[in-house]
Amino acid sequence: MSQSLVDISDLTIGYYTQKGTLVHVLRNVSLKIEAGETLGLVGESGCGKSTLGQAMMGYLRSGSQLLGGSVRFSDLDMFGLTPRQLEEIRGKQIALIPQNAGEALTPTLRIGNQIVEAIELHTDIPKGKAKERMLALLGQVRLPQPEVLAERYPHELSGGQQQRVVVAMALAAEPEMLVLDEPTTGLDVTTQAHVLDLLRDIVAEMGTAMMYISHDMGVIARVSDRVGLMYAGEIVEDAPATEMFRSPAHPYARGLLESIPRLSMSGVAKSMPGHPPIPGTLPGCSFAPRCPFATDICNTEPPILNPIPDRQHLVSCHHWEEVLVTNFDEKLNESFQTVEHTIGDEPAIELSDVEISYYRPGVIDRLRNIPHPPTTVSDVTLTVRRGETLALVGESGSGKTTIVRTIAGLLPAKGGHIKFGDFDLRVGVDDRPTQISKQIQLIFQNPDASLNPRHTVAEIIDQPLKLYFPKMNRDERRERQVELLNRVRLSDKYRLRYPAQLSGGEKQRVAIARAFAADPRVVLCDEVTSALDVSVQAAVLDLLADLQKERNTTYIFITHDLAVVRAFADRVAVLYQGRLCELGTVDEIYQPPYHPYTETLMGAVLEPDPDMEPVLLASDTPELAPPSQGCPFQRRCPRIIGDICVEEAPPWQSPPGEMDHKIRCHLPMDELLNVQEATSSK
Amino acid sequence: MTTTTPTEGQLTTVKRRSFVAETWDSLRHSVAGMIGLILIISHLLLAITSPYILPQDPLEMNAQSRNEAPSAEHIFGTDELGRDVFSRSMLGGRVTLVVTIVAIGLAVLWGGLVGILLGFIGGRADEIIMRIVDAILSIPWLLLLLLVIAILGTNMLVQTLTFAFTYGILTIRVARAATHDYVTGEFVLAARARGESRRTIVTRELLPNVRDVLFVDGAMNWSWMLLAFTSLSFLGFGVQPPDPDWGRMIAESRDVLAIQPWAVFGPVIMLSTLIIGINLFADAFAKALGLDRSQGAPV
Repeated sequence: MSQSLVDISDLTIGYYTQKGTLVHVLRNVSLKIEAGETLGLVGESGCGKSTLGQAMMGYLRSGSQLLGGSVRFSDLDMFGLTPRQLEEIRGKQIALIPQNAGEALTPTLRIGNQIVEAIELHTDIPKGKAKERMLALLGQVRLPQPEVLAERYPHELSGGQQQRVVVAMALAAEPEMLVLDEPTTGLDVTTQAHVLDLLRDIVAEMGTAMMYISHDMGVIARVSDRVGLMYAGEIVEDAPATEMFRSPAHPYARGLLESIPRLSMSGVAKSMPGHPPIPGTLPGCSFAPRCPFATDICNTEPPILNPIPDRQHLVSCHHWEEVLVTNFDEKLNESFQTVEHTIGDEPAIELSDVEISYYRPGVIDRLRNIPHPPTTVSDVTLTVRRGETLALVGESGSGKTTIVRTIAGLLPAKGGHIKFGDFDLRVGVDDRPTQISKQIQLIFQNPDASLNPRHTVAEIIDQPLKLYFPKMNRDERRERQVELLNRVRLSDKYRLRYPAQLSGGEKQRVAIARAFAADPRVVLCDEVTSALDVSVQAAVLDLLADLQKERNTTYIFITHDLAVVRAFADRVAVLYQGRLCELGTVDEIYQPPYHPYTETLMGAVLEPDPDMEPVLLASDTPELAPPSQGCPFQRRCPRIIGDICVEEAPPWQSPPGEMDHKIRCHLPMDELLNVQEATSSK
Repeated sequence: MTTTTPTEGQLTTVKRRSFVAETWDSLRHSVAGMIGLILIISHLLLAITSPYILPQDPLEMNAQSRNEAPSAEHIFGTDELGRDVFSRSMLGGRVTLVVTIVAIGLAVLWGGLVGILLGFIGGRADEIIMRIVDAILSIPWLLLLLLVIAILGTNMLVQTLTFAFTYGILTIRVARAATHDYVTGEFVLAARARGESRRTIVTRELLPNVRDVLFVDGAMNWSWMLLAFTSLSFLGFGVQPPDPDWGRMIAESRDVLAIQPWAVFGPVIMLSTLIIGINLFADAFAKALGLDRSQGAPV
């Protein structure tokens, strides 16, 4: 094709600070997208992906300026158009699908009316026919019962359904191009796999081009024909998806791919130190300070994005030849390392028949004697041993966080016992002696929210010290702060900084230092790496593993990322709707036989490999409450037998030879062993 | 993305500075805020020094020169009793300023504390107290003030405490709402999970975050309170004669507005410059606090 659908050339965008210095956001970005092609944009946060996506729509964030270059779409200069002309193009020829679908929908309008509005605005379909088209669109995005759904309000839909509605709206005018900014981030793995599948099919069917922005290499591998890798506001590599994932030519691509935990590998992946600089602040290559291949020339001369001879592959590196000859697969295998640690025999925490409920009946409900709904968490029995890492796995709503918060004392348990030595942790934190609460510390998912923005790092770490070690004087505490900072690999310079002055990974390290300040025996980790870039995630996991080895700490680790579990945990508990489905060591869980739910989760995982396809077993229909009887997974189970699953609670069974591996299912063990060959070949 | 990660080099120079120093640093970039601050400070200076620098005795009456137009001797002319309007205007804010500053200070203190506590504790106590607050707020404030004055007299201490009480009630609502933004936050959850005492959570975790809102709300309320106090004087319940006071000066001279407008304009100019000053300052102050270190904006 002589003319590309999208032609971005030398695009440079920046803004001026209050002091009048120019800060670049994008530098000399050149890209082409052909009709019907999907370009994936990857890179760490702060690399300019979203800015590029917005520029594609002819939009600049307020304060930002176009400093050079152009964005051409079907031969129209997007920044040379009048606002009216832009309006004509947006929605009709290019449509945007944002990350947070919940915020993109108007909360007070019914779904159907919102889509009809989009149809009337962007197409010539006559008024009478708009409703018909709306129902067709809802069908096209595979939403069940379009007529019923059209009458709902956005808040009545799940995250996955909302995202489908946004896709339907974007498709209203059958645009030639879609810009997608992290559309599946924040969705459960199963939902994500379904939405991506849908997008792939629609694009193939309608010949739509996509610019797909994501930080998740697995997602990019799944949807992209071609991948653009961004670093510090520049495109550093631009290659067909298979080449990008099989033989990346830029050291940054290698570093990122090496730091991703994989389902097939145990052990923590290698981390990439440092973080991206502000674009244009380094005289040479922006990646040079973090690059293992860097030489003197990298620090003085900026590399140029050049094609590799005889290939459709562009790379901006002085040493790409050297990078290419290094065997990538071998390096990848080397990069996974297991930190050995000893697991004791004595239990650290024993949960038996734990039941937790958020239901607080009001006065009227109590008078009317309404039966209680099924409890949020029920019948959870498991033991965590000293020095062990137990992972709690499941989709959102599976009760992982609820259980951990109960152990931390933020929620009392309604029934059962949580034995911690001689103490029963079923009571709230107010009823625990300080010596007990000292032993159990909690680390949250989002360090932005879990560190007080008004406190310096020193004050943050000082708080548990003051609380748990009242005898320490000011100087001793200060010494201890420095020691703790060093242990999480931060220098003592950080003491006087505020959280806002730290990067995401640094913030999470401070949160870890705060937890370890108490010198705890058990640390509860609630999705501690989900908010971090992959390069940083590996470093944080590595740090946690080292701390565990030093102190023989017990971890209870919540995550939705099964590859992280494989890398980090010793034992796994799979939860669905607050009920245990499967329990076993990592090796047992990751090999058949699986519980049908575990099998579903494993199948939906996206690996950073374009040739691997997820296996979609169960639907991603959300469930708001567990069923009152029978198996909790009955409504979505792909292997349901019949009435027995609905009526009777399934029994625990163990595969032969694996006494600690327990699966709670009605299917006979022989069948569980047989049926799962399809998934295990993955 | 425009959110840039600070690099190593930039960060090493960052020293921890005091709350005042940092706020001042961002405040001084605002022209409007500086004008406001200068207006407020001039008023305060004037109130302190005016008794010693006034050109005329503000209490001296002169039957010969009543309702005179402005002249070299009397810049703003004279009032009905022949007193110098300029000197009276300069002096007329002293009592008002003292009463309102003390009252607003007390209001922010008690209203803020009660509000944060209610926001933190929640539950039934919060429910009951907030309904009482709503009930008090449903009484028109002027009526409430007049009621108190009718019972307890025009004593300045009584008036100060009454103002502190009514505006404290308003502050409770603001502080409680601001606390609700943080109380479910993870850093408060983290403190609770550690087993910190309620007192520590309120003073160390919540107060530093709610503080800014309270300051700005207090500054805005100060200007409302000035108007309220002047209204009381206008009605004859505030500062008692013969001491000059803006509200009463307006009340006394409004009959001769057509003959000697300056007797009204003098106090009006004084009052409005102060209130405009407070509003400009409060606006810039809010911005200075909002853009501050918690956002990490490179200034």
